[in-house]
This record gives sequence, structure tokens and C-alpha cells, in this order.
Amino acid sequence: MASEMVTIYVMGKAYEVPHDLTIMKAMEYAGYRFIRGCGCRGAFCGACGTVYRTKDDYRLKVGLACQEMVQDEMYLTEIPFFPGNKATYNLDKLKPNSETVLKLYPEVFRCLSCNTCTKACPQDIEVMEYIQAALRGDIAKAADLSFDCLLCGLCAARCPAEIVQYNVALLCRRLYSSKIAPRAKDLEKRVKEMKRGKYDKEIAGLKSMKRRGLAELYEARDIEPAD
Amino acid sequence: MYYTPDMQKSMELVEKTRKERQKQQMPLLDAVGKVGLLESHHPDYIKRIFRKLKVGPSKNTLTPKEFADVLEARSMIDPAKFDVSKIDYDVDVLIVGGGGAGAAAAIVAHDAGADVLLVTKLRVGDANTVMAQGGIQGAAKANDSPAIHYLDVIGGGWYFNDPDLVEALVGDAPDVLAWLEKLGVMFDKDPDGTMLTIHGGGTSRMRMHAARDYTGGEIMKTLKDEVQNRDIPCIEFSPAYELLTDGKKVTGAVLYNMETREYLIARAKTVILATGGAGRLHVDSFPTTNHYGATADGLVLGYRAGVPLVFMDTIQYHPTGAAYPEQLLGQLVTEKVRGLGGQLVNAKGNRFVYELETRDVEAAAIIRECAERKNGVETPSGYSAVWLDTPIIEDIHGPGTIKKRLPAMYRQYQRFGIDMSKTPILIYPTQHYQNGGLKIKVDTETPVKNLYASGEVGGGVHGRNRLMGNSLLDVVVFGKRAGAAAAERAASIRRPGKLTLGHLKKFHKELTAKRVGRNRVAPILLPEYRRPEKAKNKVDILA
Repeated sequence: MASEMVTIYVMGKAYEVPHDLTIMKAMEYAGYRFIRGCGCRGAFCGACGTVYRTKDDYRLKVGLACQEMVQDEMYLTEIPFFPGNKATYNLDKLKPNSETVLKLYPEVFRCLSCNTCTKACPQDIEVMEYIQAALRGDIAKAADLSFDCLLCGLCAARCPAEIVQYNVALLCRRLYSSKIAPRAKDLEKRVKEMKRGKYDKEIAGLKSMKRRGLAELYEARDIEPAD
Repeated sequence: MYYTPDMQKSMELVEKTRKERQKQQMPLLDAVGKVGLLESHHPDYIKRIFRKLKVGPSKNTLTPKEFADVLEARSMIDPAKFDVSKIDYDVDVLIVGGGGAGAAAAIVAHDAGADVLLVTKLRVGDANTVMAQGGIQGAAKANDSPAIHYLDVIGGGWYFNDPDLVEALVGDAPDVLAWLEKLGVMFDKDPDGTMLTIHGGGTSRMRMHAARDYTGGEIMKTLKDEVQNRDIPCIEFSPAYELLTDGKKVTGAVLYNMETREYLIARAKTVILATGGAGRLHVDSFPTTNHYGATADGLVLGYRAGVPLVFMDTIQYHPTGAAYPEQLLGQLVTEKVRGLGGQLVNAKGNRFVYELETRDVEAAAIIRECAERKNGVETPSGYSAVWLDTPIIEDIHGPGTIKKRLPAMYRQYQRFGIDMSKTPILIYPTQHYQNGGLKIKVDTETPVKNLYASGEVGGGVHGRNRLMGNSLLDVVVFGKRAGAAAAERAASIRRPGKLTLGHLKKFHKELTAKRVGRNRVAPILLPEYRRPEKAKNKVDILA
């Protein structure tokens, strides 16, 4: 079955491609072989952030090339890399508050609340909201709101205040998870038990067993009911 | 989203039977039932997919043809003419691969005081790790223990697993979870800090720890951040293309800068292969859940240097790959969907297998339902698939559960106009994981001295079938072990070794003698997805 064709402009260059392809597959159809700009191909890695415009529309739109479908008269470019600032730090020495965020990323102060970052997010994250939360010192909220970030960098590419939102988000999630969220107590206990070698003997016993004995144990094991 | 009338009719049946199914108890299969199902319908038992290797340390063993093609291939390098005398990088520990295992190894080796260089084919973090959604196992709860975890792992692997490697996996698990928690991985927790855990296929305790359904992504982002915080040198888009040896021991690698298209020589006291899996080889034309770079590079390099392979005759097909819409074909629908109560339902609206059997059994059951029993739903592009009933999750755990605990999946389908909290989705097995790999010991060293392998490229941990949540655990456990062991060994080596391509010369000679692989070059580095007529016309004037 022949597919309906559309015209796309890859960095200004026209190609005829089937209408039912993602941008990534359409570029491959056109003859591109990706080195940059292609990663997991499933919206988890942020390698293929793409900016595009459609005919007779001045607005810039964003998407992930592996997810976004082509449209007729689509003008597009991938932005596979963005030279954003990344602060280096020793997490152990940080406190989970706004001073930490502002010390490492003082440019957060410059946020104009213009919301361009939010509009530039292919994951539909409330980017400006989490930057504002970080500025207020609400690290937990910044962590929660930014959770689905793929580090594609499109927010930073569009930010007039030159904030690198995705790195601020990563910092907030790490601060929240290591310093605000309570530690898992049963896990702490188990780590101590392991250090004492509590299960060494039992595991050594299993290791010495032959297939048949193991199979008997395996088939007879009780399964915890799901909640 | 467009559904054919047949699809719609079938979807109505799924809705009609939902209430009844929620109460229905599906029996677990016994060992005989499982073996019968696998032998009749699992792709590992289809003879035509495999062939025997003719050369190398594992000759005469069976492996899928696509793997054999890259293992029995020549290097791009001609060892007789290649100059290795100019050394571009001189380090203690060279890590090849920037996924979960490579990053964990880099952090640990660096902290042990080693001079580390990490090289990777794409970007640091571009790996299957980032795509692992559902969770990471670890026996951390009071009703669980590493011994129970051990039994689940080895039973799931059909008792073929290397007991020492399983012991390391389950024994290190609590420590690894605590390490990740301390590094700031945002695990799902109750307000008191207790981790939210669920079942995976083949687990006897709920020990699947998750960060929503971006678990691997969250772990990878955190590890990458730590690599950067330590200023560990990383060279991206520059994979290792060949190992260097002194004839016996590994002494470095030839790197290939994919952007400037030049070779670089790295001398190292120890080398860690952390190159991941091979889904992009597309065994028997299966679609895959894997990353763009999953092309078995590390297997090829290690094999040529003399490392035997284990369990290369078994591949994991993830039972639930997306079958519709076409644009998502083969992509992962996390097992967490079934962990949360999602049900497998055929075209008639009936369940046909308990949803939390191990992956090999689930995949075979789905293939049987479509191929033999003809109870599949036909998609517009002609594939047969079965339903994964997702709205039932909202019935069990309350409205909003999918958006909260499966945000990546929810968004994935929303992008194509499908609300999976309201309508079921269509799935079919997809190539997911390389159960086998390079032979390693518990410290991840291969039989070739000073060469280590960790993560998916290594084999033996999972036997003939891996359980969900044990690959994220594997990459961190054995990544850390590799970093520690390679750094320790490097510290004991006074003088760096001689750099030669002797092993390659020998391997090429063997290929010539056996008349195989004459026209094939490997590693392939990237899959070929251009149209054949486009790929055929390529010219490399500027290379």
C-alpha cells in the first residue's frame, strides 16, 4: 500500500517522505544515518530534541524526533547538544535549600517567569513552576515536578535568562532524595545484616545444591500475595 | 487513534469481561507445563534462527545467526599495516561504554584512586539502562531475604546460572540500593521512607523498587551526574574498535572518533568492557526495545581477544512490546504494568496465562495465543497481537494510578491519542535482552587477563532467562565490582604492557582458514535503518 507523501525541510533541505513516520524515521527514510541526535528511540534519553515550525505559522514548536510525527511543510532541526552550564559539587556537603541552588546556579535568580521553558518542553513538564519552586527553596516540589525530565536541553536553549533548567532539576531531585525524603529503614537494617554475614550460610547451602533439589525448593516456594 | 472495526469489537469484549476477570484466579504453570510451552513456542527453540560458530574460543556452540555474523567478521583494521606506536591516551583503567555499568565502574575506580578514561559510542547515559522502566530488585524487606532472591533468580534462569555470580548479585543488592538512595535516586516511597515495592514476573516477594516508570533513567542520570562531579574524563562518540594485547594480556584499545573518523590509541593497565546488549542486531527480524547503540560491539572485541561466550543460544524476548500504533512497534511496555495488575487478554476477551510467570513463559504464551490458537487481534499493518488490559489497574488501585506510577507509558500512548487508563493496548513479544555474553568471574574479570566485562555484555548471571529488575541490579552490582577490581589490578601493575594486534592477526587467520566472514566487518557500531536503495547509493568521499 503506497503511503501518502509529505514534504519536510530538514535544516532547510526538502525531502519527500511518507506521512505516517516519526521525524526520526522520516530522516532515515530520506537517507540520513544518525550519529548524533538519536539515542533510545523511545523517549527516555533526550538525544533527539527537535525544534520545528509549520507553514504559515511563526511559532516554534518542539518535540522528540523519535515520537513526533512529520507534517506536510514542516521545517525542522534537531538540537542534539546544548552547551549548558553544569555545576560540580560534592552532594554530601550540600544542604537541601534555596541557598544551595543559588550558590551553584546563581542564574536561577534571573528567571523572568516568561514561561518559555515550559512551552519548550517536549515532556510537557511545568518547567518554570519547578524553577520557581527551587528559587523559593521548595526542593521537594521542584523534584516532584521535574521528575520526567530527559535532559534534552530544549528549555535551556530557549531561556532568555540562560538558566540550565534540567541541571537545576537534577540537583533538586538528588537533594530531595538524599536529604529530605526519609531513609528506608528496613533497607538500612538489611545492609547491617549483610555486613554481619547473616545469610551467608543459607546461600552457601543453596549454592551447593544440585538442580533437582533447587527445583523442588523453587516449585514449592510460597508467593507473597500482591496488594 | 484509528481502530479497525474488528479491533473495536474485540476491545468491547475486553471491557465486558473486565469485572469478571478481576476476580478470576489464573493458575501458575508447573515445570512440565512451562517446558512444554517453551519448546513449542519460544523462539529459542526455533532451530533455523541459530547456527554453530566456526571460529574462536566458543567454536561449535550455537548462537543466533545475526550474532554469528558479527562474531565471525573481520576487523576494519588490517593488523599487518596498522600503526600502534603513537599513544594518544595512557591511563590505568579504560572503560568502554557509558551506560549504567560503565558509569558505576568509573565512579568506583576513580574513588579507588585510579586514573580513569571512559569512552563511549554515543553519549554518556545513552544505553539500555536509561530505558529500563519497571524497577530494580533487591531483598530489603523484612519478609524477604537474599536467599529467597537467590532461589527466584536461579529458578527463573532454569538452574543454569553461575552460582557465584548469583550470590554476588543478590548479596550486593541491599548495599547497592542503599548506595543509590544515598546518591539521591528518587525511589518511590511511603511518607515514612519505606520503599514501595511490587512483584515482577517470577518473584516470590514484592522486591521491585522503582522510580515511577523511569527507574533506569533516574539511576542513569544520577550516576552520570556523579561521573561529571568527579571530572572523570569521558570521550563521547568514540567507541573502542579493537582491543590491544601483549599477546596474552589486554593492554589497551583502538578508539574510533566517529565524528572526525580517525583512530586513536589508548594504553591502559586494565580495560572494562561495559558495552551493553545487542537488540539492534534484530534476531530473526524481531523488533527491539533496545537502544540505538545495542550492536554487540563488546562481544565482538572480547571474542577476538579470546574470551569464551556463555549462554549465547538464549535471547530474552520481552513479552509486552508495543504492537500498535505502528510508530511504537517493538518499544517496551514495562512489566510494571502487569506488576500493578494489568492483564493479558486475547481477542475474545479471555485471559490465557497468569501474568507474572517468567518472561520466557509469558512470551511463549502470547506467541501461542496468536500463532497456534489464532486468538490474536490483527492490527492494520497485519501483525497479530493481544491486549494488555490497563484500565483494570485503575479499578484495582484507584483512578489516577496509571498517570502517577506509569507516567512514561501514559505519555507514550497519549502522544498517539491513546489513553491507556481508559482503553487497553496491543502488545507482542520484542527482542529485549541478551541472556548470555562474555564469560566472567565474580570480580568481572574474563579469562583474558586484565580484561573485565560488566553489565549486559557479561554472561552467566541470569542463566537462560533473566527476571525483571535484575538487569538494573546487574549493571550496578557488576559495574561497581568491575571498577573496584580493575582499579586494584591496575595499581599492582608497574609497567604498562606492550601494544600489539597479535590476537587479531591470529583471529583473521582462523577466519581465512575456515573460509568464513570474508565480506563482513565488525563491530558494526550502528544499525542500518536507511532504505536499501539509499544505503546502496552511499559514497564516502569525505571520509
